[in-house]
Amino acid sequence: MDPRLRGEDGIRVMLSVAPLVARADAGAAAVRPVYVDLKGVAKTFRRGHGAAARETHALEAIDLAIREGEFLAIVGPSGCGKSTLLRIIAGLHPASAGEVAVGGARVAGPQTNLGIVFQSPVLLEWRNVLDNVLVQLELRGIDPRAYRERAMQLLAQVGLAEFADRHPHELSGGMRQRVAIVRALIHDAPLLLMDEPFGALDALTREQMRLDLEALWMASKKTVLFITHSIDEAVLLADRVVVMSPRPGRIEREFEVDIPRPRGLEARRHPAFVRIAEEITNIFLARGVLHGAGRAAPSEGDDT
Amino acid sequence: MSGAATLPRPRGPSRAAALLGWLRKRAGAMLVFAALIVLWEVAVRAFGVKEYLLPPPSKVWVEFWKRHEIVMGGAWVTTQEILAGYALAVVVSIPLALTIAYSRFMEQSVYPVIVFLQIIPKIAIAPLFIIWFGFGFTPKLLLVFLLSFFPIVVASIAGFKSADRDVMDFARTTGASSLRMFLKISLPQALPQIFTGLKVGAALAATAAVVAEFVASDKGLGYLLLQYNGQLDTPMVFAIIVLLSLIGLAVYYAVEVIERIAIPWHVSQQGGAQDVAL
Repeated sequence: MDPRLRGEDGIRVMLSVAPLVARADAGAAAVRPVYVDLKGVAKTFRRGHGAAARETHALEAIDLAIREGEFLAIVGPSGCGKSTLLRIIAGLHPASAGEVAVGGARVAGPQTNLGIVFQSPVLLEWRNVLDNVLVQLELRGIDPRAYRERAMQLLAQVGLAEFADRHPHELSGGMRQRVAIVRALIHDAPLLLMDEPFGALDALTREQMRLDLEALWMASKKTVLFITHSIDEAVLLADRVVVMSPRPGRIEREFEVDIPRPRGLEARRHPAFVRIAEEITNIFLARGVLHGAGRAAPSEGDDT
Repeated sequence: MSGAATLPRPRGPSRAAALLGWLRKRAGAMLVFAALIVLWEVAVRAFGVKEYLLPPPSKVWVEFWKRHEIVMGGAWVTTQEILAGYALAVVVSIPLALTIAYSRFMEQSVYPVIVFLQIIPKIAIAPLFIIWFGFGFTPKLLLVFLLSFFPIVVASIAGFKSADRDVMDFARTTGASSLRMFLKISLPQALPQIFTGLKVGAALAATAAVVAEFVASDKGLGYLLLQYNGQLDTPMVFAIIVLLSLIGLAVYYAVEVIERIAIPWHVSQQGGAQDVAL
């Protein structure tokens, strides 16, 4: 049964005006056209058959618009459906309800005009770094030789120029994820989807990856959807942060992040960072996602 | 072996040096092996062990050389059975694994039957093959096929199904056709497991050929082995056991050499672990 047809949930749909607010007060950025548009998107997973079937409501009535060239981060706890949302936008999962449009066209199957990065780099072990980047083009039936130079350029930008002929098992986790990012950029698609891309990396590597990603993005100005469970990462990277609540996944709040770029290490001391990170932490405390001892300061948690 | 990754790769003319290194690495094992043979020789002579119980290695060699033409003829027969049966197993099992991995119907109907049949002690079927196919080449080929088939098919199915969900999702965002995805991703991804199955199958192939010859035959190493055994010609029994081992080893290493050529990335990833087999 469509979750939106149920009593309480129906009301929630009516009240979810957050995206409208965001569009209204976004200032100059609002002039740019919407690139990814979600209207009432819901996802219900069914397990089993007939009477024994159990339904899990992963997402509930998501309204979200990502503008062209915008860096949007979704932050939320594990199981809030944020990864499902990314897969729906990519057309890898069908939505149970609602409308999804990317670049003005309705999404009804895997989208190809984008680059995608997952938490694990999913490189092909039998290919060296350069060929792992170029596989993006080979799979598209494009002659990869025309892209060699661009691939080397991008690899140089992420500090991997000397590793082009190495195989994935010779690289560190951070290096592998850089290759995955270059692979998502090589074909110069307008949309970049990143699903917790730094989630498996240690804290120091994460920080460096964040700085490098911002530099890459500032040079290309692609539309980016960045999924993370790290509050710091979301606020430091994004133009706008969308906070999702746990099961069923809903948009809890949105924050415009007005911190000048590039956001170096000192951005953590910027008043806007401190304020937004604290507010998001408070949302998670209120939702029971975090159980604080009264201290509502943002923390990475996994720092050692 | 992660430490090796940071070292500069060995390059240049040192093939001889590589061979020397190989010898040095295995010198210990070879010395022990040689010492065991010498010990065998000396002990048998010193304690006057009867030849029909345990002949000294030198006697095995002398007897083998005397009749090497007969024995080598038998070895060729057995080798043909092994190669033909194994080739048939490879040709049948990999395409079958492919259909099972990619067709839900095949997976639900054929795969359970294969898993069930695998439980049957296949060697026990050998006498049945004699009834059905007589004393010639066919029953031997079929038993070799039967023993090699299962490990290859099971490992190949696992290989074809091993592609990570995220890799496939990435591939789907490129709009690649199923064929292209298979050739560029699923097939290379499956190769390491397919080769594992191929090596297990190769090791079983020699056993299968000898057993089939035991049951009923008038040529081949299995046949000769029974003949010499009946005559208490123990040196020749030893000679044939050694020869059978060498054939099995040769088939196994042929597969391993192909593996090294086909998937060098996987072999190098394993580092030194693979060399244990040597």
